[in-house]
Formats: sequence, C-alpha cells, structure tokens
Amino acid sequence: MAGIPHDHYEPSTRAEQWLDDRLPIVGLAHATMTIPTPKNLNWMWIWGIILAFTLALQIVTGIILAMHYTPHVAMAFESVEHIMRDVNGGWAMRYLHANGASLFFLAVYLHIFRGLYYGSYKSPREVTWIIGMLIYLAMMATAFMGYVLPWGQMSFWGATVITGLFGAIPGIGESLQTWLLGGPAVDNATLNRFFSLHYLLPFVIAALVITHIWAFHTTGNGNPTGVEVRRTSKADAEKDTLPFWPYFVIKDFFALAVILVVFFAVVGFMPNYLGHPDNYTPANPLVTPSHIVPEWYFLPFYAILRAFTADVLIVQITDFLTFGIVDAKFFGVLAMFGSIAVMALAPWLDTSRVRSGRYRPMFKWWFAVLCVDFVVLTWVGSMPTTGIYPTISLYAAYYWFGYFLIVLPVLGLIEKPLPEPATIEEDFKSHYATPAE
Amino acid sequence: MFRKIAISAVSALTLAAGAATAETAEIHIHDVAFGFEGPFGKFDQNQLQRGLQVYTEVCSACHGMKYVPIRSLSEAGGPGLTDQQVRDYAEAFTVLDEASNHQLFDQDKGEYRPLKPSDNFPVNNTIGAPDLSLMAKARAGFHGPYGSGLNQLFKGMGGPEYIAAILNGYTETPACAPADFPNYYNSAFAPGGYPDECKIFEETVTEVTNPDGTVTTRTDKVEVGRMAPGSWIQMPPPLMDDQVTFADGSPATVEAMSHDAAAFLMWAAEPKLMARKQMGFVAVLMLTILSVLLYLTNKQLWSRVKVKKTHA
Ligand code: HEC
Repeated sequence: MAGIPHDHYEPSTRAEQWLDDRLPIVGLAHATMTIPTPKNLNWMWIWGIILAFTLALQIVTGIILAMHYTPHVAMAFESVEHIMRDVNGGWAMRYLHANGASLFFLAVYLHIFRGLYYGSYKSPREVTWIIGMLIYLAMMATAFMGYVLPWGQMSFWGATVITGLFGAIPGIGESLQTWLLGGPAVDNATLNRFFSLHYLLPFVIAALVITHIWAFHTTGNGNPTGVEVRRTSKADAEKDTLPFWPYFVIKDFFALAVILVVFFAVVGFMPNYLGHPDNYTPANPLVTPSHIVPEWYFLPFYAILRAFTADVLIVQITDFLTFGIVDAKFFGVLAMFGSIAVMALAPWLDTSRVRSGRYRPMFKWWFAVLCVDFVVLTWVGSMPTTGIYPTISLYAAYYWFGYFLIVLPVLGLIEKPLPEPATIEEDFKSHYATPAE
Repeated sequence: MFRKIAISAVSALTLAAGAATAETAEIHIHDVAFGFEGPFGKFDQNQLQRGLQVYTEVCSACHGMKYVPIRSLSEAGGPGLTDQQVRDYAEAFTVLDEASNHQLFDQDKGEYRPLKPSDNFPVNNTIGAPDLSLMAKARAGFHGPYGSGLNQLFKGMGGPEYIAAILNGYTETPACAPADFPNYYNSAFAPGGYPDECKIFEETVTEVTNPDGTVTTRTDKVEVGRMAPGSWIQMPPPLMDDQVTFADGSPATVEAMSHDAAAFLMWAAEPKLMARKQMGFVAVLMLTILSVLLYLTNKQLWSRVKVKKTHA
C-alpha cells in the first residue's frame, strides 16, 4: 500500500504464508493496526473511535430491539411498551439505543468541528471529507426514521412535518411525498418502509465508514499542526509518527471509557431527558401537539429551515425572480440542504494555504463565532416562531452561510498566517521533552 | 406580490412589539421531593401500595391503565404485593367498561370473565379520560429556563410533580369567566378550554397597499396573554380529604393522596426504574475504575516517548 513508509507484515510460518498467498487478511489487519500516526494528535482526535464504537452499539442494540418490535400502526407503540416491561433487559436495550443516537450525533458534531478547525478537509483529504458528509446525511436519515418507529405523537407528527418538506418542491413535490410515504399521509406503509430502511441504512453507514478509514489511511491522518508526516524515508517518518497500536488505541480507549461514564449516567439516571414527553402518548392523527420539535441533533438545521420566512427580503427577491417557483417554503428547504452542502464544499471554498487554524490568527475568531452560532441555532430551533426568535434564527443562518461562502474564501486571501513548524517532530519537541534514556 | 410584502413587513413589526409587552399568567409546577428521585432514589413500597389504593378506589372509575400488567404488582421494584394478594386484587377488580375490553370476553360462556394476574389493567373509555399507564412520562412539569431544558437536569422531568399539581390544582373559577363556562377550573392544566373573556388581546392594525396604489387598513386580534394561569379541565376534582382509608394509618389529605398517586403512576410508567438506576450506578462505578486503569496505562505507555516539559 502506498502511504507513509513503514514496516510491512511478513508471514513468519508456513501456515501464515499459505493464507497470505490466498487472502492477505492478516497483512491488512496488521497494516491497519500499525499505521504510522502523527504523534502530536490531541484529544480532539478521539471522536473517530467514539463514533465507531457508537455505530457498533447502535447496530447491536438495534438488532435486539428489532427482535421484539412490531412495525404496525396498531401494535408498534404497544410492542415498545412490551420491550420496556416484559423483555428481559429490554428497557436497557431501548434506553441505550435511544440515547446512543444522541451520543452518536454529539460525537459526529465534535468530529466535524475538529475537521473544520484543523482544516482536515483540505487537500489531499477532500474525499475523506465528502464521505464523512455522506455518513452524516445517512445518519440523519437513519435517526429520523428511527424516531418514527415507537409511533408516539412526536414520531407521527415529526414524520408528517419532515416528509412535508418534500411536498414543498415545486411541480413534483406532492407526488414525491406520496411516493415516499407510500400513501397520501403518514400511515402503516410509511411505518413499514421506515423500519425497513432504518434497519438497512446502518449497514450502508458501516460500509461508508470503512471507505472513510480507507481514504484517510491512504492520505495519512491529519494532525493539529496541519504539517504532513515526512515521507522521505522510513527513519524520517518514524520521527513524526508512532504506530496506532498501542499508543493511540490505549489513548482512545481511555477517552471512550470516560465518555461512557457520562453516557451510562444519562442512560441510568435520566434516560428521557433528551427525549420528548409527547412520544409517550400513542400517535393520533387527529390531535396535533402544541409544539412539534425534532430531536436536539436536528435543531440547528431545523432553525435554518424556519429562518427564511416570507417576510425576509432575500426570500421575496428569490420568489420574484423565479416567478414564485421558489416560494418561502421551498426556499427554507433549499436553505436547510444548502447549509449542509456548503459545509461539504469547504475544501474548495477555503482558499488558505495553511491547513491548521492554529496558525491562522483571524480564522480563529471567525471559527469561534461559528461554534457559538451552531449552539445558538440549536437553541433557537427549539423555540417558537414568535417574538424575537425568527430574527435570531435568521441572523444565525446568515452567519452559517456567510462563514462558508464569504469568510473562508476571503480570509485565505487577506490573512497573514503565523509560521508553521517545519515538521511534526519539531512541534512535538516544543511541547514535550524526550525522556532520558 | 408587492402587496404581500407590504402586509408582512408591517405586521411583523407590530407583532414583535405586542409579544414583548404581553404578560401571560404562567403555570408553576411545584417540585416535590419524591423518594425515587436522584441517582440513588428508590420507590417507597408503602407509598406505592397507598397509590395503588387511590388508583383503584378513585382514579380507575374513569381512567384505564392498559399497558400495565396486573402481575407486575408483585414484581421486584414495585408495590410488592404477594402472589396471593395479586390474585385476589385481580378477581376483585370491577371492569367498568366491558365493551372496550374484548380480551376479557369468554366465547364459551358468552360473558365477560373476571380479571386474572396475567391480564393488563383494563381500558376505561367510559368518559374519555386518558389512559394513565404512561402519564408520568408523557408530561413534563419543568421546562426552561429559556427553552434550554436545564431545569429538568436538576429537578427531573417533573411528570409526577405535574400529576400532583393537577390533583391539587383545582381553584376558584377566575372572576373573568362567564358563569356558564363548562367544566372545572384547574390552575396547573394548560391545554383545556379558555373563555375569550379571560384572554388578553392585542389589536394590530396593518396597512395594506393594494395593487392599485390605494392604502387601506386591516385590524387583527391576536391573543398575547391570559389573566389567570391554567384552564378548564373535564375531570371533576377527584380527591377529597379522607376519601380513602389507608391500612397503614397514613393521613389521607388531598395533598398526601396526590403524592401517593403520583408516585404510583411513576412506577406504572417506569416499573424498571430501580433496576435502571442500579445498572447506572454499577456501570458508572465500573467504567470509572476502567478509566483510571486506562489513564495509568496510557500515561505509562506514553512516558516512553514524551514527558511534560518542565519550565525552568
Ligand atoms: C370522574 C372521572 C375521573 C376521575 C375519578 C379521575 N379522573 Fe383524571 N381525568 C378525567 C378526565 C375526563 C380527564 C381529561 C381532562 C381533560 O382533558 O380536560 C382526566 C385527566 C387526567 C389527567 C391528565 C391531565 C392532562 O395533562 O391531560 C391526569 C394526570 C389525571 N386525570 C389523573 C387522575 C388521577 C391521578 C386520578 C385519581 C386520583 C383521576 N385522574 C381521577 C376524569 C377523571
């Protein structure tokens, strides 16, 4: 395999040689585990392991839940109660799974923001970044459909509102919505297909995760300096890196254990904190809940969806220019998907030569505001659309787009970066002393 | 198109101003120090038994509890009835709404059979009261501040507190209401009926620019607040002092019974609460130990390649 120079697996017995000639699987595992990893990785590089663990947790608990769950409108809610009350450890499986989704998104947001700060998306890691965005989209689809399965009030009305977004697409919208739902409204056909896809998509995610890892094992990990590992010789590379096993495996496991302490405290002591009480009332198509709010991890993008109302100038101009084809509702949908699209395009929007935010004095501030902006969007996404909140959503949404479409391209041209270290080794040595032999 | 712009721009302004000045009478749910709260909280078995008695003698007249199996009354972490007590309880239970409980119809005898421990509590749709199985998790008593949900982090979701507040929330009908307004007034209940006489309205005058250039005005009435917290509820006040007689001699004030009923309904909604907290405790303990071990391993491992720079 191309990449950073390092030792390769050599079969040491005849049996190993025999297998290696037919299927180089041991070599692959060896290469994966010993991959040279920049030795200056900080604690923001742990989220990948957390995510891999959470995917496994969700698949295992999900498969067990599926053994007892019934995807039928008349039985789904009851079957969940059956899991909670009668199935041995069923309550644990369900609470782990429901809160696991939150852990998954928390980790993915930290992982994404790590990438945004340290410029992990930049050449040559654009493909890793794009695959990451696809994983994120698949996660959102999976989580959304999973939330529908318990068939509570929020499940039903959330599904109605979100699939209604597709109805906003001009021309084909209504037929598209009907096709997605399998009927004119959210009903048994919808529940069945959501269950089917909710079971399928995690395996698509798993495949994407493998490609994601494959991609960054080809380019090598990024690191906090953004300076690449030297590939001039094995000796040089070894000065910049350490093997993944044991150094980073142990470090990541330590981080995982700490995060699981918090996770199990949530599952054990407040498992419904992140859920919505209305979902403990069975779905009723005749009664609309007073506030329909998505799960917390969708709120930033939900806020962007709702930010562009009919009284916003840019919406009115678009409406006018497109002869009413892009009305406020469709504009909101485009904005929501657009807000993820601009993030996916970051590798091409960011014009700075310097990869890491550490050496970009102006970028740092804009990035800090982006983090605050994200928190504000999350909060305002849960608020009603009256009073001051629409205005806050609008400005927060503007900043989101402004960051990717204006700040990233312009900063690269006007900012004077700080000097970067020549090598990872140099950075490492400026932080740590080498132990005396 | 431009007409639309003119309308929305002006009305948005007036609306924002209205919302800022409105004073809504907010519902306040009191925090109750239930024994089952907090990481080490446990259900009080006596309290659950008293709550069961209140449910059986009072609430079950109108409310069903269809997700709760009667046999679970003897399961660990619950009211702790003996198997014999559960059998007697099931047999003595009067099913008021037979038509909604077809599972109890005995085909051979052509009549409804009495309950057995393996049955769930019956459905009760006689007057349309909601099922109580999950009520303690289906309502949140605490919100905020500012929609952040942080209050719930410290006080819990407030489901049982909400139930207690409803049972204690019956007050005099506010003076603003017309005498013939139906149902009972409850200061903790938000979604019920509310007479226009008790609402605070804000009138917004909107300028409308018509396509022909003329300007006309339109007046809208928007509800911006309420004079009294709560609303009108269909449920008559279910509890009176000394309505039930507790075997353990506990006082049967409305407040005491409301707490017992709320605790019992928390158990009904979350029968595995104690097992869950125990799992949480064991997991947190084990994972903390594991974290410490991994921390030391990690430190030891990396000491081969790095040590903290001493700033001399
Ligand atoms: C006379 C019949 C009756 C009795 C007895 C009764 N309820 Fe109710 N209850 C109702 C009705 C009807 C409603 C629906 C109220 C509405 O939506 O306006 C209701 C609603 C409720 C609610 C839901 C409020 C909400 O947020 O929707 C709770 C909680 C409740 N009852 C608890 C109890 C408890 C606990 C008892 C026993 C102490 C009890 N009820 C006894 C008739 C009754």
